[in-house]
Order: sequence, then structure tokens, then C-alpha cells
Amino acid sequence: MRTSLGERLLDLAVSGVLWGFRILLVAGILIGTIATVRAGKYTSEQWIDFVVFGISQGSIYALIALGYTMVYGILRMINFAHGDIFMTGAFAGYFLATWLNGTGFIDNNPVLGLVIPILFAMIVAGGIAMLVERIAYRPLRGAPRLVPLISAIGASFFLEYAFRGFFGPGVYAYPPIKALEGEWNILSVGILKVQVVVAIAAFIMMAILYFIVMFTKVGKAMRAVSESKDTAALMGIDVNRIIVSTFALGAAMAGAAGVLYSLIYRQVGFLMGFTPGIKAFTAAVLGGIGNIPGAMVGGLVLGIFESVGPSLFLEGLGIPRPYQLKDAIAFTMLVMILLFRPSGILGERITTKKA
Amino acid sequence: MKRLFTMLSLFVVASMMLVACGGGATATQAPVMTEAPVVTEAPIVTEAPAAYECTDALGCVTIAPDEPVHIAYWGVLSGADASLGEDSKRGVEIAIDDMGGKVLDHDILLTTEDGGCTPEGGATAAAKLASDTSLVGLIGSSCSDETVGGIAAITNAGLTTISPSNTRPVLTDPARGPDYDGYARTAHSDAFQGKAVAEFAYNFLGVRKAATLHDGSAYAEALQQVFADNFVALGGEIVAQEAVAKDATDMKPVLTTISAAGPELLYYPVFVAVGGFVTAQIRDVAGLEDVKIIGSDGIFTADLLKGGGANTEGMYLSSPDFSAFTGDYAGFIEKHTAKYGGSTLSTFHAHAYDATNILFAALEKVAVVEADGTIYVPRQALREAIFATKDFKGVTGTLSCSPSGDCGAPVIAVYEIVNSDPASWNPASADAPNPKKVWP
Amino acid sequence: MKKENFLWSAVKTGLIFGAIAIFLCFVGMVEVFSKRDVIEKIITLGQFILLATMVYAGFVASRRTSSLLEKNMPVSNLAAGLLAGLFTGLILALLVIIGTQVNLRAIFLNASPPLYKLLTFDKGVGNVWILPTIGAVAGLIGAAYLLLPQILSRPITRSIFFVIFMALFSGLFRVIMINQGAGMSRAAKYIFGQTGVTSPGALIFFFGVILITIFWDFRGKAIQSGIASLPKGGQLSLRVIAIIVIVLIILLLPLASGPFIAQVIVTVALFVLMGLGLNITLGFAGLLDLGFVAFYAIGAYTVGLLTSYGPFGLQHIPFWVAVPIAVLVSMGAGFMLGLPVLGIRGDYLAIATLGFGEIVRLLAGSDFLAPFFGGPQGIIGIQKPCLGLLEPFVRVDVPRICNGIELGKPQDIYYIAVASALLIAFAAWRLRESRLGRAWMSIREDEDVAEALGVNLIQTKLLAYMLGAAMAGLGGAIFATLIGSIFATSMQLLVSINVVSLIIVGGMGSIPGVIVGAIALIGLPELLREISEFRYLLYGMTLIIMMITKPEGLWPSQATRRELHHTEVEAGVKV
Repeated sequence: MRTSLGERLLDLAVSGVLWGFRILLVAGILIGTIATVRAGKYTSEQWIDFVVFGISQGSIYALIALGYTMVYGILRMINFAHGDIFMTGAFAGYFLATWLNGTGFIDNNPVLGLVIPILFAMIVAGGIAMLVERIAYRPLRGAPRLVPLISAIGASFFLEYAFRGFFGPGVYAYPPIKALEGEWNILSVGILKVQVVVAIAAFIMMAILYFIVMFTKVGKAMRAVSESKDTAALMGIDVNRIIVSTFALGAAMAGAAGVLYSLIYRQVGFLMGFTPGIKAFTAAVLGGIGNIPGAMVGGLVLGIFESVGPSLFLEGLGIPRPYQLKDAIAFTMLVMILLFRPSGILGERITTKKA
Repeated sequence: MKRLFTMLSLFVVASMMLVACGGGATATQAPVMTEAPVVTEAPIVTEAPAAYECTDALGCVTIAPDEPVHIAYWGVLSGADASLGEDSKRGVEIAIDDMGGKVLDHDILLTTEDGGCTPEGGATAAAKLASDTSLVGLIGSSCSDETVGGIAAITNAGLTTISPSNTRPVLTDPARGPDYDGYARTAHSDAFQGKAVAEFAYNFLGVRKAATLHDGSAYAEALQQVFADNFVALGGEIVAQEAVAKDATDMKPVLTTISAAGPELLYYPVFVAVGGFVTAQIRDVAGLEDVKIIGSDGIFTADLLKGGGANTEGMYLSSPDFSAFTGDYAGFIEKHTAKYGGSTLSTFHAHAYDATNILFAALEKVAVVEADGTIYVPRQALREAIFATKDFKGVTGTLSCSPSGDCGAPVIAVYEIVNSDPASWNPASADAPNPKKVWP
Repeated sequence: MKKENFLWSAVKTGLIFGAIAIFLCFVGMVEVFSKRDVIEKIITLGQFILLATMVYAGFVASRRTSSLLEKNMPVSNLAAGLLAGLFTGLILALLVIIGTQVNLRAIFLNASPPLYKLLTFDKGVGNVWILPTIGAVAGLIGAAYLLLPQILSRPITRSIFFVIFMALFSGLFRVIMINQGAGMSRAAKYIFGQTGVTSPGALIFFFGVILITIFWDFRGKAIQSGIASLPKGGQLSLRVIAIIVIVLIILLLPLASGPFIAQVIVTVALFVLMGLGLNITLGFAGLLDLGFVAFYAIGAYTVGLLTSYGPFGLQHIPFWVAVPIAVLVSMGAGFMLGLPVLGIRGDYLAIATLGFGEIVRLLAGSDFLAPFFGGPQGIIGIQKPCLGLLEPFVRVDVPRICNGIELGKPQDIYYIAVASALLIAFAAWRLRESRLGRAWMSIREDEDVAEALGVNLIQTKLLAYMLGAAMAGLGGAIFATLIGSIFATSMQLLVSINVVSLIIVGGMGSIPGVIVGAIALIGLPELLREISEFRYLLYGMTLIIMMITKPEGLWPSQATRRELHHTEVEAGVKV
């Protein structure tokens, strides 16, 4: 095929720009980092603090990202409403925890006081997700890509504002667990108890999910449907039931994340799911969409970068008030990954053929 | 569907045509104001032989004998900051109740418009209000952003609005431009608030190193800068000025950065969302366990206690000084409790009350009432009467309006939160105020 | 498979709709809407939505019955409807009974005594049996409605919808009519109440529409064939007259209706501009861009920076020069955005562009770039357009004086906005029919095949981004002038989502569809400000319902309609 000079120049321009981005970015990060380290403003304890905050935040992103990644893996659909499912879990956990708190239950049984709201949140979130799937997504199974996307956007608005109608526009304070206040000294570094517990809880949930997906029959069926819907159907798998199970499972993870999030940040409100939802999807793409360990890795990487990034390189580059641009770091990372390694850190795993 | 749409549009079109043909479509716009003010001191005529002829430069509002006097409240009535708008609206409603629901023997009709605390929202709300020629005057807006977007439409329609809670300094700056000719406010300007907090920090608390944090809103950014400038002028040092995005939740990294600069005090004049997160997380950050924390009227609400938790105890908040209210503030609070139960939602209810009364006072002064009960309200005269308010005994103080619209009595106080239980929030209580005034 | 008993199905329907009714109560709609009347002193909007739920329950039950029983047994339908409505009412009654015993308010804010008072018509819990009774009757009506012949049911449906429409917009129409003078004012007060229509008004609208519908049903065909049989010259002159009438209305509308409607139409026109731009990028070329608001922001900031007389104004140049510059700058931005993402496809492109949009917003509002873009304080003091010459710039914060007509009010910007929208719509139409347009559509269908057929992917995609961005930039430029100031907080992701939604709801790839979508999703909520509290709830519901019932949009292009119906057929039995 003949290509004109103009077209070749354009091709060159494109590669040039892409390379330019790479170089700029790496240079920027290096210069910034070196400058910050030389300025020596932060002690090593504070750097560890940054990383710990990032891990804590990142593990929550990871939990939410699991839901996105599983649904996308099977249905090739961005479930815009997933962040709001997270919010419903938080509300459910809040109400139960407040009631338990009123009877003094939580103070006496801290472990149960943590686990029971989480379980309740998982059930509620899973239930709502199944409802949403039945009403807003199932009728649109075969439709072109954009149609379920708009429906998902509609579902997102609907959930947010329905909850606003139910519970008001203000925020609620999630009751803290007294046993979790204060710090633990791990390797001579003071880390907040609640952050450790949240991170551990998140890992446990992810491990459970991984186990389910890898070693149970349902999980195997999910992976099969993920590979190819038609073949799975031919093998006798009830595709519909598996899809619903996927939604429910992902939603349960998000619901648990809602409770854990509220434990750290206290505020429960109807819009709380919007930004974490977007960040979590970023994490899922970062780690490799459709890939469950990828979601975990993506979440952690995103959380750490967001937490460490502004002080590590932005400050060094002389940018004032760098934390305003924290989200910009997250999105730049996302764009870079999409440009240069779109399959994500651990590689994507999605249906090869959209049924 | 297409047919229905066509039919609907046909009907709309037909009615528009009817409307355009009927009754000589008069322009409902006031002409652009010229420099020469028209003096219309029309005395109250009780037995006029002929009907009143409106000679006001901006036109008159005509109210038939059986119609209500229509005023409107515009502000933020939805979204996260709704408590601010709702709180001021209550002040207006109490003022109307105190008038017996009537002025000049006509019922008072209060309608509301939601500005959404954004410039576009304010512009649309203002456009809607400007279209309604039955409106006599407005109370609003809540957020300075809304005023920035909407004031031109309001002024050009000949309406005047008195804001109970806008605090942005530029809005009543003498060089503010003709778009603001219809704007006055009973709230203070943030130029005073930032200065007061700086003095409190330097003189009362005795700190010399301060840090600030804002949430990207124009209000917070301006206020923390006023504080910073004044603090430095007094001799202090600003060690860090940081910012986060409005929807940020994890404050610990930015607080760690602030902690690395070694401040003795952190001033974060933000809104409730960010304020709650910062307060809840600040004591967990190494180095900030003992810093003094101050917020402003943006978080002077019980919602802060919900979001901030136990850490709010001992926190300071700047706000209009309730105890400096020379009027009967306690009586106002009694009426508020009787009508709405619970404590007040935000800080500007009394200012809204005063604004409404200023409006009614000016109305009573300039309105022309005929024998049959028809009222004519000359718009330019009303505007001038509002701006000419002198020594008006309001709840928030003895108020006089400056030519550029500053009617407020800007006395700022600093309060300390003594109890972090949201149910105990009652700044106006006489025996157990929470928060409690500590300065001056 | 044994078919289920139709009565049991009716009961289930009733329970589901009962849940929906409870949802409406808990979310606060019933309480807030009862402050608005549909027909003054007869029925409020809150009562209406509950009633409508019950009627619809009966309708659905009746429909299910018809499909369950093969034969036509009207009595069964009516019985099913009655049952469904009855159970809906029963659920509501249950709510009141439980609610007065248990404090549901601790969880659901709206499960409050005022609500129960509303539901029992203020006569106390003992009166709760009213609800199932009303429900039964309503269900019966709903079921009967299905059995009516089309000739009767269609006009009735239309009339009812029309009355509701008039009731919702009564505030608007009333104010406009009152402003026109004494005669109109009296008429206005006769048919419109303070918040709804009056009883005489309702009757007039109801029977008016019925008459019109019947008239059209009988004579419509005759009129249409009459027009069609006119000679060409006659048809042409009819069209010309129609166009002249429409143009006149467009020109005179702001004068008749005041600044509010003009403002709303300007907002709609701006979204139409953005929609036309995204229509090119997404509708024609299939590139899902979720960061579209970035170009809007760039256009707005360019005009702001160039024309503002505030501290951030750069050159203080007039509006008419600044706007083409803004369009060109946006085009450049489209080029720069398009270049890196050329290789990204599908949903990844959506996320990448979303990221870009957010990055632009964050940078514009940041303190880092505040010396250039104003930071959180934004850019204020944007000079209004001047039809004439502008006096030279005096100093900061003093607007330049216009020697001519200053187009400051929304009504003036209205003309600029509408003219731009029409111009761009025309340009978009020509583009679609052009070679470039066909190249875009081939990319949308299948990139690899298009490339194999000789379409230069890079050029075509870049042009799609650039032209889309240019249109959005134009919209942003007008927006900045309309509001007179720009803040980065206005450039949210929500705007991009709105634009995507409106072109899909309107009909992707279809130019009239963009206009319809903008009116439906942007214009209507602005006009219905009284129910703005539930704006997004209804918005979300509308999106879902639209996608399920009419995914090709309200005014689809021919191609999309064929494509979507083809896909449905292909998918076979619904899963």
C-alpha cells in the first residue's frame, strides 16, 4: 500500500509524541525525586508513613476493583454503578453498626463488631447488585457496547439519588471501634491499628475471592464463561446464573470495602462512591482488566503512588500545593499504562469474543 | 413518539404566538441604568383622585388588592451545602411570621429558587427570578459563586437582592461595577474574618508558626490567604500552605507534609466534607498531635462534629459573633426552636432575618398604596431605600448600609468546641453553649 | 411448562408495585410532590404518582393475564387488575400501620408522621382501608384500559399526558402569560393555578386534545393526501411558509418570554454544540471520548483569558476575534489529545479520555497554574460581546465601554448561541454526507477493514477529534460569555457524561437526535426547577428506561435504527 509523504510524517509525529511523553515523564519523576530527597524535608519515618497510608487506601481500591474486573472480564462492560454499590454497603454497615453500638455490643466484642457489619454489608450490596443487574443490564445483554454503558450510568445516578432521598444529603458518622484506636509498633514504626486491620481484612477477602474463583466449581464456571460464553453454555453451564453470581460476588467485595472505608474515614454519605469508583476502575485497568490478582496489584500500586507521589516528585519539581494534583497523578498513570502497556501490569484476561 | 413531540411543539408554538400577539408584548426588561438617579419620593397617597402614574426609572411592580406581595429567597437548597441555604431560609420565614405574614395589608408570598452553589446555577436561578415581574425583592444568595453568576440578571431586571451569607470581599468592593448595583448584604466580608483569626492566633494563642489548608474553593482559598497575609503582618511565619481537592478523603499524606514544616497551628477554612476528614485524621499524623486547629464559618455546623468525631473537642471555629448581636438574638432562637425544633443549621439565620426586615422596612417606606388596596412599588426607589438604611435595629446589630452594599456589622468571634457529640450542638444556648465563645 | 395461574401473577405484580410505591414514599417524592398540584384543590402531584402506580399495576397485570391465557376473557383481565391494584394499596396500608408503631424514621428519613398523614388523607390510622380500596379501583381502571379499543385509549392517553405536561409547566406558562398584559393575565389565572392547572383549565386541555386527536384521526389522512397532491410549487411554498414561521418564532421568543427561557435555551444550545461535536467523534467515528468537557473548558478559558478585564486578562481583545481563536485552540487541543490515544480502542479509550478530561480540570483549578488560569478564584470580568467598536482598555476591573449595542443579557446571547448551533448543525450535516464522513463511519464499523480499504486511520481519527473539539470549544466560548466568569469546578466529569447520554438518548449519529436529546435531558430539567430535588433520580431512571425500550434513541438516524433492530433479531430469544 502506498503511503504518501504526509502520512509517513504523521506516523513519525505520532511515535515522536509517544516517545516524548515517555521521556518527559521519566525525566520528571527522576528530577523531582532527586530534588525531594536532596532537600531532605521528610524523615524516613514519614516516608514509611506515606507508604503505609498508600497501602491502606490501596487495599480498599483493590477490593472495589475486584468487582469491576470480574464484571468486565465476563461481560466486557464497565459497570459504572459499581462505585455506588460500594456506597450501599457502607450505609448498610453503618445502620447495623450504629444499632449494635447502641447496645454496647461492639465495645464488648470488637472482632464480631467488625465482622458482622461487614457480612451484612456484603449481603445488602450483593442483593442490590443483583436487582440492578436484573433490571438494568440483563435486558441489554446483546446490545452494542454503548447501550449498557448508558444504562449503567443511569443506574449509578439512580442509586446515588435514591439513597439521598432515603437518608438525606448530609453525612453520617460511622461508629468507631474502641479497640482499634491507637497505634501498633511494628518494626519500630508506629502504624495505626485501624489501618492494619483494614489492610489485613482486605487481603483476607481477596484471598477468599481468589480461592473461590480458582478452586471451586462456581469459580471454574466463571472462568469458563469468561473465556467464551458459547462454549461454556455448550458444556452445560447456566450462563445466566454465573453472570448473576459474578455480579453478586463483586458487589459483596465492594460492600465489604464500604464498611472498611467507613472505619477509616468515618463519613458515610450518598456521593461517597463516585470518586472511589473511578479510582478503582483505574486500578483494575492498571493491574490488567479481567485479572483478579491484577486488580489487587493495581489497587495497591495506585494507592501508594497517590500517597507518595505528590511529596516524592511533584514537590521536588517545585509545584506548590502538590496534593491538589493527587488525582492527576492517578490519571496520568492510567493514561501512561493505556498508552504503553494497555494489557496492564499483570496482563488482561477477558472474553476473546464478545457473544 | 415523533408525533407526540410534533404535537407538543405545535402547541407550545401556538401558545407562544398567541402570547406574542396578545396585549402588545411589552418588554419586561428594565432599561440599562443611567447615571442620573431619579428621585421618587412618592408619598403614600390614600385618596388619589386619579390612578398612580409610575415614573420610576426602573418601572414599578403592581400588586392588585387580592394578590400577595411576592418575595423570593434564592440560595443553595440542594446538595452537600444545603444546610447553609436552608438555615438562611428559616431566618426569612421567621421574619415573615413576625410580620404576621402580611405587609401593607397584603399576604406575603415567599418562593424559593435553588442556585446549587455554582455560578451557572446562580445564573439560571437569577434568570428565572428576573423573568417574574411580580417579584418585589430578593433575599439571597447563599454562596458567593451564585451571586457572581446571577447578579447581572437581577440588577438588570430592576430587582434588588440582600444576601445573608455571601462573604467574598469583592462583592461589596466600591469598584465592583454596575452589575452589582442591585446587591447588598448583611453578612460580613471575609476580609474581616481572616484578620480576626490572625489576631486570635497571634495574640490570644500566642503561636508564631502557622500553616493553612484549603479545599480548592474560592471561599477557602481567599480566606486562608487573608489570614496568611495578616498573620505575617503581625510578625508570624507561615510555614506551609497546602491544598487538597474537594472530594479528597485521605488527608494523612498532606497532613504529613504539613507536619514536616513544623507548625504550631493549622487553619483550614474549608467546607464540611474536607473539614470533617481533616479533623478526624489530624491527630493520627506524627507531629501534629498537639497543633491547634481552627476552622471558619464554613464548618460552623453540627455536621462537622459528625464527620470529625472526637477530635473536634478543643477545635476553634471563627464565626459571626452571636453574643455581639445587640438585638434580641435569644428571642429569635426561641422562635426558631418553637417552629423547627432542634438547633440552628448554620451561621447566617439571624442575618437573613435582618435582611428580610430591611427589605420590608424599605418597602413600607416607598410603596404607594391606593384606596382600593392596590400597591405600586417603584423599583429604583426601593433599591435606594435599601441602600439608604441607617441605624436599623436588627438582631445582628445596628445596621447601616454603605453605598457599595455592606450592611453587616462585621464582628467576628472565635469559638471553641467543648463537646464532640453532635446532639449537643447549640451555640446560642445561654448556660451550655457548644461551641463556646473564647475570643474576644 | 405449566403456565402459572393468572391470579397469582396478578398478586405478584401487585406486590412488586407496592414495593415501588413504598420506594416513592421513602425517597421523599410523595411528600415533596404533594406540595404541587396537578389539578388545583383536586389532586396533588404526590397523590397522582401513587395513583399512577396503582393504575399501572392493574395495566401490567391485565397484560400478563392476556399473555398467560390464550383466549380473550375480559373478566379475567379485570379481576387481575383489581387484585394487583388491591395488593399495591395493601402494601401501602401495611407501611402506614407498621410506621405508626415502629419508628422507621431512624433509618428512612421520610417515613415520618407527615407522610402517614398524607397517605391516610389526614384521618388517622383507622382510615387506612382507603388505600387498598383506591388501589382496587385504580387497578380495575388500569386493566380496563388495556381492553379499550385503540380509538378510545389513544386520545385519552394523550389528553392525560397533556394535562400532566401543562400542570408541570404551569408555573412557566403562567408567568409568561401574565407578563403579556391584562387580558392574557386573566386567561392565565383562569387556566393555571399557582402550582398546577385549575379544574376549568384541566377540562379545557383534556377535551381540547381529545378533539384534536379525533379530528386528526378522521381528517388527518385527508389533509396529508391533500397536501401531497398539491403541485410542486404549492408544496414548496407551504414549506417556505413553515420555515418562515419557525424562524420568526425563534427570533421573537426571547422578547416574549423573558430572560429565563432565553437562558435555558442558551444552555440547551451549548449542549447541542457539544453534542454535535461528540456526535462527530463518537457518533460518526465511533471514538468513545469521556473527557469531552476538557475541550469545552479550553474554549471557555481561552475566551476568558483573552477578553477579561480582570487581573488575568491577557490581550483584552473583542469577543468576535476571541471566539475563532478559541475554536482554533480547541482544535489544537483535540489534535494533541488525539495523537497519543490513536492506538487505543474501545472502552480503554473511554477511560483514557476520561483521565485526560480530569487532568485538564485539575490543572486549570490548581494553585500550581493559578498565575495563568486564576486557580480557585477563576477568571471573572469577561467582557460582553459588542456590536460595534470597543473603547480601549482602561485598567484592570473596569469593563470597556461599547460604542454600539452591548449583547449582555441572556436574550442577546440567545441569538449568538442559536445561530451558532444552527450553523454547526448544518456543517455537521454536510460533513456526514462527505467523503470524510463516510471514512469516519467505516472506522466506527471496523477499523482494520477500513484501513485495508485505504482509509488513513491517523488522519481520519485526528480530524474526528479536532472537529469535535472545535465544536465543544465554541460552546465553551459562548458559555464563558454567558456567565461572565469561569471556574474550574464547572468543568466536571458530569458534563461529559451528560453529553454522551444526550447523544445516545437522542439518537447516536443523528443530528436532529442531538437537538432532541439536549432538550430532553438538559432543557426539561432546567424548566422543571420545582422538582429539581429529584432531578438526577429521574434522570437515571430515564436513561435506564430509554436504553431498555428505545436504545436507538428518540430520533435515530436510519442506519442506527436498522443496526439495533438487526442486532435484536440476531440475539434471538432474550436471555
